[in-house]
Amino acid sequence: MAEKKKTNIILFSGDYDKTMAAYIIANGAAAYDHDVTIFHTFWGLNALRKNEKLQPKKSFMEKMFGKMMPRGADNMPLSKMQFLGMGPKMIKGVMKKHNAMPLPDLIDMAKEQDITLLACTMTMDLLGLKKEELLDDIEYGGVAAYIAEGEDGAINLFI
Amino acid sequence: MNIDKTLDAKGLACPMPIVKTKKAIEDIDSGQVLEVVATDAGAKSDLTAWCKSSGHELVDTNEDDGVFTFYIKKA
Repeated sequence: MAEKKKTNIILFSGDYDKTMAAYIIANGAAAYDHDVTIFHTFWGLNALRKNEKLQPKKSFMEKMFGKMMPRGADNMPLSKMQFLGMGPKMIKGVMKKHNAMPLPDLIDMAKEQDITLLACTMTMDLLGLKKEELLDDIEYGGVAAYIAEGEDGAINLFI
Repeated sequence: MNIDKTLDAKGLACPMPIVKTKKAIEDIDSGQVLEVVATDAGAKSDLTAWCKSSGHELVDTNEDDGVFTFYIKKA
């Protein structure tokens, strides 16, 4: 069998809409039988956050960051038309009407399709995010992990 | 044409028709035909491109009042 093509997406953004685009591309690429990896860095890490309130040991700054960032994909803001929280409610209504998959479902689908979800450990440290706050069954790495996949990627995106 | 499996993807939005088609084609044998019914307007170019890349043969397609039907023979 021929070697599988690779699709690599760097998810830097913590916006609901941009993250949706990333996960739709990832799921589509998996349907093309690509090996797909999504590298979550900076605000993109919030898509991997669990919704439950966890209290791991943190410094003052880390606690502040933790409070200010959304807990999980469903709580992320829109990149445009946020309207103090009304925007995401509106778009989720429209998505339901058009039968588009909500972001948490797209993430579940990605796991089901064996897409590798990878969290950048350096930015986890900066933002004070601990492993127990992120989804289970994800991988951890740094720039070298991306380059290793990216150097023979058919598709490489930065979102 | 002998249809071995039918996938109802009506009402599903991108990327679901293609994700489900991929899953469905794994369930049939080489040479068998999968019928896919979809209403997503992008499905036509999506499934055509997907067949081209994956090597499966798009035997026939038709469109009736916004409902697209595809017949894909597994490679």
